[in-house]
Amino acid sequence: MSSLTGPAEFGAGTAGGRFAAVGDVLALTGRHLRHLRRTPEKLIAVALTPVAMVVILGYLFASVITIKNSGGVEYHDYVMAGVFAQIGLTCIGITALGVASDMGKGLIDRFRSLPMARSSVLVSHTAADLVPVAISMVAVGGIGLLVGWRTDAGPLPILGGFALLLAFAYAMLWLGALLGMVLRNMEAINGISALALVILSFMSNSFMPLSGLPGWLRTAVEWNPVSTVSEACRVLWGNAPASSGGSLPMEHPVLVSAITVGALIAVLIPVALRTFRTAAVR
Amino acid sequence: MDIAIAAENLGKRYGNHQALAGVDLEVRSGTVLGLLGHNGAGKTTTIRMLATLLEPDSGSARVAGFDVVREQREVRRRIGLAGQYAAVDELLTGRENLVLLGTLLRLGRRRARQRAEELLTAFELTGAADRPVRTYSGGMRRRLDLAACLIASPTVLFLDEPTTGLDPASRMVLWKMVREQVAQGVTVLLTTQYLEEADFLADRIMVFAAGRTLAEGTPDELKQKVGEEWLEVAVATAEDLPAALSALGPVAVASPTVDETGNRISVQLADRMGSIATAAAALEGCGADVVDFALRRPSLDDVFFHLTGESKPGPNKSGENPTTTAEDGS
Repeated sequence: MSSLTGPAEFGAGTAGGRFAAVGDVLALTGRHLRHLRRTPEKLIAVALTPVAMVVILGYLFASVITIKNSGGVEYHDYVMAGVFAQIGLTCIGITALGVASDMGKGLIDRFRSLPMARSSVLVSHTAADLVPVAISMVAVGGIGLLVGWRTDAGPLPILGGFALLLAFAYAMLWLGALLGMVLRNMEAINGISALALVILSFMSNSFMPLSGLPGWLRTAVEWNPVSTVSEACRVLWGNAPASSGGSLPMEHPVLVSAITVGALIAVLIPVALRTFRTAAVR
Repeated sequence: MDIAIAAENLGKRYGNHQALAGVDLEVRSGTVLGLLGHNGAGKTTTIRMLATLLEPDSGSARVAGFDVVREQREVRRRIGLAGQYAAVDELLTGRENLVLLGTLLRLGRRRARQRAEELLTAFELTGAADRPVRTYSGGMRRRLDLAACLIASPTVLFLDEPTTGLDPASRMVLWKMVREQVAQGVTVLLTTQYLEEADFLADRIMVFAAGRTLAEGTPDELKQKVGEEWLEVAVATAEDLPAALSALGPVAVASPTVDETGNRISVQLADRMGSIATAAAALEGCGADVVDFALRRPSLDDVFFHLTGESKPGPNKSGENPTTTAEDGS
């Protein structure tokens, strides 16, 4: 397939190179946003899951959970970063289903037979799916404030935390795109993305500190990007407990999470684009 | 004589399965080539290669003068593709679908809108233009699909089973629209499972089986390969069969074949007009109740079954009883 990956791929040719490729992405993103507007139930489902988590964890459970050596951090403050990080995981399934349903129909064949930049199909999918991510984050933040989440951090660290969360979610959207192309089958995608959501969010410090875990498992869980991203946000927002455990990822969560999220994006995007180029529709 | 599509020795393997085993084809500009064959015969693989969606393992092809592997972009500028499933977005309206594709074809916003309007009118979709495609009937969807592949006014059109699943009326509408395109000089390569469709639309037909070409020619040439016309007589009840058979005996070249479930007799005649007259008179006199009396020419069905070496389920399509009929005599 070497000839498919040449420079001609990116909209070169007489019609105007990269500039035209941007036009393709915009046109297709418009398509996905229309889809979103016409199926609001999808958006509601995406936003509601993390909102429910905030209510359950931050309100119902918060009264019975206290964090050891917290240094004054309440559980509802602690858990917010975890729920924000979980939004990225929830959206794996959304992108996967969107991409798989496109692949299952002849429409992708038509796109592929047009003289457009092929990469724009996935770039627009993932760009458009950032909209439900952002909406979920606003909803979660709002409900969080209602249940008592507070931060005394300045605007820059707060924005830094959200930028990290968005970057992580973006990486997860590309993982979703890859999953959608590999699995194709809707039931399989639902199953796998639910499993990924449970494993990646509960095998992390999203909802509880890791002090109780045995050594080997603790190391694995601490390096889970969900853990480092959550911890980084806690540190940035002043929601982190006094003692975080002493390991490298927990001592320097901002740096470690920035590097891991950057690495995820750097790997997932080219792999997904390549999979798309070689994927046959049937 | 201008060649719009030329392929040489096209081959494709999927693991152990040889999907396409060296296909050559040539389509002159402004004509229609129909690829005929069962599911899995390699028709779709051929179309996908020519439309640059799939790279051949062997061989090469040129479409509209450009190589499908090395000059994909140039090929894509000049082709329209309608796949097996109507490739339109269900959630968008008909108009939005066309405008989106026009934008992706880089017509520019204004021109894309204008072109969408033209095509909606030409394909009688103006009334439904602003409804989501989800609410369209099968025929409307296919029409929109065909309109979508005409946005950039392609010179070569690939239609992969364009009317599968359509009712006869919608099929006829779509056929007419394809013919209009051909009349305007567009070259069409279409695949179909319907012999009737190939007969109606195609100037030349290629019969495919197991990744190979079995035969190529005009519909008439292919029919001639199968042989002579024959007389088919149907009687009202099984009791009428013996009388009719003995009446037909004198005019038959070989012994007539009988399809008992349909009470039908097929017989090859020695000479045309004389034999028809003799047969008609003999049947009239024998007392059998004749309900159908017709001279049949081989249909593309017969051609297809003849070439693929399969026996055809009885001439009356009763299915159960694969009586060998006259066309196997050639």
